[in-house]
Amino acid sequence: MQTEEKETLQLEELEQVAKQVRRDIVRMVHGCQSGHPGGSLGCTDFLVALYFKVMTHSPEFNMDGEGEDLFFLSNGHISPVWYSVLARAGYFDVSELKTFRKLDSRLQGHPTTHEELPGVRIASGSLGQGLSVAIGAALTKKLNNDPGLVFTLHGDGELQEGQIWEAALFAPHNKVDNLISTIDVNGQQIDGPTNKVLDLGNLRAKWEAFGWDVMEMNGNDLGNVIQTLELAKAKTRKGKPIMILMQTNMGHGVDFMMGSHKWHGVAPNDEQLSLALNQLTSNMQDY
Amino acid sequence: MKKYTYTESKDTRSGFGAGLVEAGRKNKDVVALCADLVGSLKMGDFIKEFPERFVQVGIAEANMMGIAAGMTIGGKIPFTGTFANFSTGRVYDQIRQSIAYSDKNVKICASHAGLTLGEDGATHQILEDIGMMKMLPGMTVINPCDYNQTKAATVAIAEYEGPVYLRFGRPVIPVFTPADQEFVIGKAWMVNEGTDVSIFATGHLVWEAIKAGEKLAELGISAEIINIHTIKPLDEEAILKSVAKTGCVVSAEEHNRLGGLGDSIAQLLAKNTPLPMEYVAVNDSFGESGTPEQLMKKYGLDDEHIVAAVQKVLERKKALAK
Repeated sequence: MQTEEKETLQLEELEQVAKQVRRDIVRMVHGCQSGHPGGSLGCTDFLVALYFKVMTHSPEFNMDGEGEDLFFLSNGHISPVWYSVLARAGYFDVSELKTFRKLDSRLQGHPTTHEELPGVRIASGSLGQGLSVAIGAALTKKLNNDPGLVFTLHGDGELQEGQIWEAALFAPHNKVDNLISTIDVNGQQIDGPTNKVLDLGNLRAKWEAFGWDVMEMNGNDLGNVIQTLELAKAKTRKGKPIMILMQTNMGHGVDFMMGSHKWHGVAPNDEQLSLALNQLTSNMQDY
Repeated sequence: MKKYTYTESKDTRSGFGAGLVEAGRKNKDVVALCADLVGSLKMGDFIKEFPERFVQVGIAEANMMGIAAGMTIGGKIPFTGTFANFSTGRVYDQIRQSIAYSDKNVKICASHAGLTLGEDGATHQILEDIGMMKMLPGMTVINPCDYNQTKAATVAIAEYEGPVYLRFGRPVIPVFTPADQEFVIGKAWMVNEGTDVSIFATGHLVWEAIKAGEKLAELGISAEIINIHTIKPLDEEAILKSVAKTGCVVSAEEHNRLGGLGDSIAQLLAKNTPLPMEYVAVNDSFGESGTPEQLMKKYGLDDEHIVAAVQKVLERKKALAK
């Protein structure tokens, strides 16, 4: 987005975008009766902040993204929120959101470059791979003297994948300091709370021990998200990669979906959809 | 039988090392990554000449594949280097999602493939890698046969846009292809024209096929020997043209009989012109420790086994003609 335009988007307007994105999410998931609403609703404020405020990027998408900030979604199952944000940011027409998870769609269940959807630079879905990919893109930016930054998002359950820790070791050793990663700490995964399935322990201590500059934020307070991400940007190029531990409520914005792993990968029925939409009023248009 | 002579023997991995330097000189976007096997992969010269374009990843192959995929975003051409086992089976899902499905221009360069890795034994002797890689949509699979061909292939894949699996080996073998050859991906190389049988060989088995061809010539058998260095995309035209003349086939590869070059050829024949065919390949088993020569003999991958396979397939052809 253009800089001037970005600055005119005040917090209240961004809140409206977030509301509309949440409406999109529940409608998309309802429309195909599949997909992952819980994590999508929890990470809505983060993605709205990135695409409408924090990142320098162009909806005139090109794969190399020279001079732009790049975003990689490692927990690809929360594709509904990313697709909605990309469409609302102008990467493609919002009407395409209705094709989500349907035959011949560019909006695959999990994001892919294969259908050439603008905004997506790598396939994700099989967990644990996005941090490595982001590090690679960050290394190329350094080789190219490109001022752009690289952002990532990961699920907390995803940290159970071993590859994450290979990448965790690599980035500080190689001073990948143009990288701002974020973990969605919602404490839930498919089989239950993360501390029951496989406890992640003290995440701050773990990432600090690996040599990352660790920050924390409330992922469902848009103001706090923007403030923290701006602060993180100011900390880049100082020798360390940045890791933000983002506390979120899974299902945030829809009371009956909040705080439970049960809405990780379940679509609302007609009745649940209208209940949810009643809680998510926006001054924007549905797709 | 055309005479093949050689003045020196070298390992194919050194051909990769030399090709990588040349590719690096030709294109500033060529970068190299390695998972703690710089010496084995012969990447030293590249690192010396282009230190800023080399990434040491440590013993973390999954991370290496992801980083390589990411580095293509912004225009780099990453060459990853580790043993064939750790280049494929260990990181199959990373290659599948982040490289192949994501259409990334990564060159997966795999040394110590097959039995000829030798004494380290079956944990390291992958015999399933060609199968795994050729099953990935969009993946090009190349298994060159000597130092010069490996060097030429390394340079050629840098100029090709798309994911490539380049497979080479550890042992020192004769250098018998021309130093100035042009390597064309997907174009088979006619080693020897013949009329009785078509031998399609890849990798280290090409030299064994040449030795077999000489022995067959002494027996009065005219073998057509074709080097299939690119297993995918397969040079179907060259194969079909040859079998139209000879009417029977022997495939030869340092790989499991299941899923390798032989299976690709068999599928082509089944669809176009079913013909008697014999496989020279490892018969659905793991390898073991031993010298490369001992292993190639024990597992049926040397020139003698090619001769035996030719004799068998010729009998089948004769029986069919009756």
